[in-house]
Amino acid sequence: MILIGERINGMFNDVGNAIRNRDPEPIQRLAISQTKAGAHYLDVNTGPAVDDPENVMAWLVHTIEEVVDTPLSIDTMKFKALEAGVKAVTKKPPLINSTTAERKRLERILPLAKDYGCSVIGLAMNEKGVPKDANDRTAIAMEIVAAADEYGIPMSDLFIDPIIMPVNVAQEHAPQVIETIRQVKLLADPAPKTVVGLSNVSQKTLHRSLINRVYLVMAMAAGLDAAILDVEDKDLMDAMVTARILLNQEVYSDSFLKVGRVG
Amino acid sequence: MGVELQREKWVGRVTPVTLGATAAEGGTRGHTITVGGETTLPFLHFEGQMPHAPVTALEIWDMPPADWPPLLLDAFGDAVQDPVSWAKKCVDEYGARLLCLRLASTAPDGQNAPPEAAADTVRAVLKAVDVPLIVLGCGDFDKDNQVFPKVSDAAAGERVAIGIAEQNNYKSLVASCMMNNHVILSQAPIDINIQKQMNILITEMGMPPERILMDPTTGGLGYGLEYCYSIMERIRLGALQGDKMLAMPLIVFPGQESWRFKEAKEPESAAPQWGEQYTRAISWELTTAVALLQAGADVLVFRHPEARRQTERYIEAMMAPAGVEA
Repeated sequence: MILIGERINGMFNDVGNAIRNRDPEPIQRLAISQTKAGAHYLDVNTGPAVDDPENVMAWLVHTIEEVVDTPLSIDTMKFKALEAGVKAVTKKPPLINSTTAERKRLERILPLAKDYGCSVIGLAMNEKGVPKDANDRTAIAMEIVAAADEYGIPMSDLFIDPIIMPVNVAQEHAPQVIETIRQVKLLADPAPKTVVGLSNVSQKTLHRSLINRVYLVMAMAAGLDAAILDVEDKDLMDAMVTARILLNQEVYSDSFLKVGRVG
Repeated sequence: MGVELQREKWVGRVTPVTLGATAAEGGTRGHTITVGGETTLPFLHFEGQMPHAPVTALEIWDMPPADWPPLLLDAFGDAVQDPVSWAKKCVDEYGARLLCLRLASTAPDGQNAPPEAAADTVRAVLKAVDVPLIVLGCGDFDKDNQVFPKVSDAAAGERVAIGIAEQNNYKSLVASCMMNNHVILSQAPIDINIQKQMNILITEMGMPPERILMDPTTGGLGYGLEYCYSIMERIRLGALQGDKMLAMPLIVFPGQESWRFKEAKEPESAAPQWGEQYTRAISWELTTAVALLQAGADVLVFRHPEARRQTERYIEAMMAPAGVEA
């Protein structure tokens, strides 16, 4: 499982405040703690309400790179901010988070990914929004697969995100996302990777951690390769490690939990 | 029309392990032997690297083996009376570049030789020949735990491999091996999960993975070899998929396994339908070894020099540049 730490996001109050005050300390603390907890990438999102997203993104990248070597996931829908983030990276090429299947987005973002050797997340949505069922999601995913191929992005660098909706708002989407993961892995050969923004499934619910970990295991069983999640949720990480054993992705040993835990 | 070869892309690599230490490294061996380093399944040179060829050892005992058939003992003559003579014969006459000394005399239900005597034997063999050495205890936990520290001290600096460590008896041997920078043999009973657990437990004590050889336990041809083969293959696939706790090189004992069975032991007079014993017995050990090589064996311990010689020729052929284009 490729783990993308979700915490450096301006939507969280501590990060939002740090961005407003240009205070590196909380950002760096989260970069270090998520890396220690096993994050393979750190997601970097300025949050919705910043005046100057390009400079904020570049500042976040520099701030994080001062303390860790963990690759970054530049998370924004604003192209200028995305470009600023990608260009600011001096260490390993980042993950671009994300593009939709809209042609005008693909035409800007895929060449950027190619030029900078980035992996890229493709959201299974277009100008009409998020589809309701798995078939439509898969069809859109396949458009992104074709476009990535057209721009010379190898499938190993493409992550399809079927888009999870909060279960208390759009419950019917939850099984459709699982089915989309299965179909994407089945239909494309070689298949792209799959990723979910896990915490979205439990937005504003009770028992968030429980919902997150049950859904992660369900998605892993369908073929999920990566997730943007709370790597510091120990119960979630234990569920992930155990799922890897039960899916025969890791050879069992009596110490599996101990050695599987990174943090 | 050309055939396109399918190539797997592996992320893992077998951990290289070095046996023996030369004067420059604080020992007295004439050469060292490194095994491991593979980035593909055995001999698939078109797919990945196999930087170190598998190596063969000859097994010697510190007392004349009671249960070896005459045909096998004939290869060594009087040398089996004395481990130093036996070691020299293996190296000088049969060209062995690695020896495996079994301290059979320490067995409590046999001669029950004291640990000091075992240490003296190890010292004498190391003095008589300059090849790297593997040392095996008698297999009795309590006795081995008395013998291993003495052997470890006697061989200090020589980077010998000492075994066997297994699930219910590993701590003392790990400590002995760590003390003098030796290599440990980590054994599991044909069980990939226990094998992995063993390696985790040993490394948790502070032993570096590059000083561990795995003994997966094997059967001889006709006696469960297929099952051992599949376990070894799964261990190696685990290593290539990036599981560091399964990435140590594999040591196997085709000599010990083959010569236990009637197909190797029975003289022609007792089994005329099986034909001449020499060819049959050597073939049994050789065929067992070849199967184990294909399953991923890195170190193979033989009993008959001729079986070892023929296996060396096989390894040489398999390591030669392949007939398929890279």
